[in-house]
Amino acid sequence: MNLSNAIEMRRIYKQFGSLVASDHVNFTLRQGEIHALLGENGAGKTTLMRILYGLYHADGGEIWVNGQTAEIKSPKDAIALGIGMVTQHFALAPPLTVTENIILGYTDSFQIHLSEAHRRVAEAAEKFGIPVEPKALVKDLSVGQRQRVEILKALYRNARVLIMDEPTAVLVPQEVEQLFESLERLRQQGLSVIFISHKLNEVMSITNRVTVLRLGQNAGTVETQSTSPPELARMMVGRETFGVTKSAGKPAQGKIVLELGQVAALDNKGLPALKNITFQVRAGEILGLAGVSGNGQTELAQVLDGTRLATAGQVKVLNHDITNAGPEKVMAAGVGRIPEDRHQSVVAELSVAQNMALEHLDEFTRQGVLNKKSLLQHAQKLIAEYQIKAAPGDKIRTLSGGNMQKVILARVLERNPTVIIVAQPTRGLDVGATEYVRGKLLEQRRKGAAILLISEDLDEILELSDTIAVIYEGEIMDILPAAEAETERLGLLMSGVKANKVAAHGL
Amino acid sequence: MGFKIERIPAPLWTRPLIPIAAILLTFLLTATLILLVKANPLEAYYYFLIDPLSSRVSAIEVLVKATPLLLTGAAVTFAFVGGYWNIGVEGQLYAGATAATAIGVQMQNVSPWLAIPLMLAGGFVAGMLWALVPALMKVKLAIDEVVTTLLLNSVALFMVSALLNGPWRNPISQWPQSPDIAATAIFPKLIPRSRLHLGFILALVIIVILWFVLTKTAFGLKMRAVGLSPHAAQFAGINVQRTMLISALVSGGIGGVAGVSEVAGIHYHLIDAISPGYGYTGIIIATLGTLNAWGVALAALFIGLIDTGAQTVSRALGVPTYLGDVIQAALLLVTLGMLLLQRYRITRTRSKP
Repeated sequence: MNLSNAIEMRRIYKQFGSLVASDHVNFTLRQGEIHALLGENGAGKTTLMRILYGLYHADGGEIWVNGQTAEIKSPKDAIALGIGMVTQHFALAPPLTVTENIILGYTDSFQIHLSEAHRRVAEAAEKFGIPVEPKALVKDLSVGQRQRVEILKALYRNARVLIMDEPTAVLVPQEVEQLFESLERLRQQGLSVIFISHKLNEVMSITNRVTVLRLGQNAGTVETQSTSPPELARMMVGRETFGVTKSAGKPAQGKIVLELGQVAALDNKGLPALKNITFQVRAGEILGLAGVSGNGQTELAQVLDGTRLATAGQVKVLNHDITNAGPEKVMAAGVGRIPEDRHQSVVAELSVAQNMALEHLDEFTRQGVLNKKSLLQHAQKLIAEYQIKAAPGDKIRTLSGGNMQKVILARVLERNPTVIIVAQPTRGLDVGATEYVRGKLLEQRRKGAAILLISEDLDEILELSDTIAVIYEGEIMDILPAAEAETERLGLLMSGVKANKVAAHGL
Repeated sequence: MGFKIERIPAPLWTRPLIPIAAILLTFLLTATLILLVKANPLEAYYYFLIDPLSSRVSAIEVLVKATPLLLTGAAVTFAFVGGYWNIGVEGQLYAGATAATAIGVQMQNVSPWLAIPLMLAGGFVAGMLWALVPALMKVKLAIDEVVTTLLLNSVALFMVSALLNGPWRNPISQWPQSPDIAATAIFPKLIPRSRLHLGFILALVIIVILWFVLTKTAFGLKMRAVGLSPHAAQFAGINVQRTMLISALVSGGIGGVAGVSEVAGIHYHLIDAISPGYGYTGIIIATLGTLNAWGVALAALFIGLIDTGAQTVSRALGVPTYLGDVIQAALLLVTLGMLLLQRYRITRTRSKP
């Protein structure tokens, strides 16, 4: 056991139902380093850290802290061992002062000596170089300042290891700068920081080492200095070797069906999420949109679904303008939508039959009255056709992820859509269901649908696409035929290197 | 060894058992209060539940008491199903009662066939209008309707009070009550020499319509989708704002009809105590009836029974009539608690070696 290791997690195993969230993961944190935990959504980063902080219990494996084996049953144990965690959702009471928030739950005395507490908080802020005003009310603070309070709270509790769960996701760029300065200062004081992220540039700029998780497994730990964004991107999405795609060779010849012209949109925070998105999808073509998660894929899918407004640009289906037309008109234009979040596109408490009809209720209604019989027959037909393991009357929430996805697939594909917008279609599905979903998409392609496949799974993109576009920070970096899409090149594009520079790399 | 709380929904067949279990548990809890006034709880429950049904007169009185509750329960249900938390049925009831009075006093020498439909329509529209502003604020500006609808209840009550102490003060008695409505505008009695009036039939009809709309129509399905998952409903192309607005307005309208029924069926004039909180009791009834039309009907009859029984029990045993209110409030809390708890299961865990 190396004494300079602050944390050592060995063969950590954790299962949720049938999903293995952490598959014998090894992870080592040295003293005085900033260590990034990098991976896609669902790769197991947060699960691993929640185990370390005592929020989850591992089903197997062991944790060593400062060279001694430790049993962490709750955050209380973690704090006692000098481990602090700052999540995206701050646990602060807005009406209280900074000092009150910091000592809250960390004082044994019945009476609180506030002036004494203010002094100690100010001292700690000074010592760790985290500028906060002890007497300020938390509700008056910006998000970045609140985050500093959270950090100071952990340090005040004598944390020597700080887990930061996607700390930059909530910050504006200037605040990110300040955060990085603070973290660097803490590192110089000998603290260790675990930095959870899926943003490559941040990881490159602040960390000493990087551990990449992929599908619940450790995909490797590297020194930041000796790696590069493309290499990290490749580790995140897997696939070192390059297989043959099912469709390589012949570029799609069909007519242009889906056309985006300079589309822009904002994210939920009101910041630009999409800039100048332009591409076309032809009949019988699958355009795969690759990219590291959080680069605008979600927003693009929503703009095309009709659930998010584009702030500029045009979306056309067969020369028919559907920009900001709303879901109903988008569907009427022949667009089928299979969204990234299954649970947000079906009503969990309604039945399979009702959900299957929900997008086109008019067809099951006569003078306002639902035709229960046709609703039922419709569901029975789709259940048989798509081999869904459910009865028409079952509530959607009782279905497995695979069967839920089949319900959505059936609802969309039975209408023979001319365009299909499909996002993360196989996320969280088992092998059988994944194969089924991919097979169905290829079948639609043969039938002549224009398909936009948005996926963070590069294997999936490479297996299905005729053409591959790469998105980075809301911009399309390049669009290339699948046959020319070497992993190296995609990795560079996904990490934000422009196409002409990719050429300069000699690829 | 330890315990673990898991999020596992209870099987479906337990659903109808929840109100029954809630009632039993509530009686167990309120028994302590009855013991405090040195009465026998079992005897008290006899007067609460059985005695009112033992005579024809008091059994009819249960239906009279249930009439406004059927209406406010239906009103609340219609809004809640659509995901609109209308706490303002009380105020909408007052708006409807005010409109009914304004129309009713003008109906001298008019056929009841015209007078009664006019009052009903006026009350429905008044309730809708009273519900309109908070509903628009909700769908257009995302302002929390729980707060706005609740606060408007006081506004309605004070406006009625101002009317009754000002322009509508009874010129003869000088009491703060409006002049009587025309005789032709009074709801006919269903049973001679009882207080049971047309409003009861009306309430049953509205319950049936509620059932039909919620379970048989496309709009009902849309409402449920919007109430259960606005995001998924929007994704499916349902106009969430319009659906929610309609359910809020219809809810207000039904609340208004409850006001009409009280004026035209019971009091024949407007007083500021026209509702002892029927709008709020409607929330209890909608919850207890699990937002299902038949459940709402049963819950309204049950609360009507307790309301009637509360008076009997106070006469017979000296238990304050307020105990009836305590039972209702406790019932709401227990039901809500059980509806929440049925989604979880507590299991024993054995720590692994």
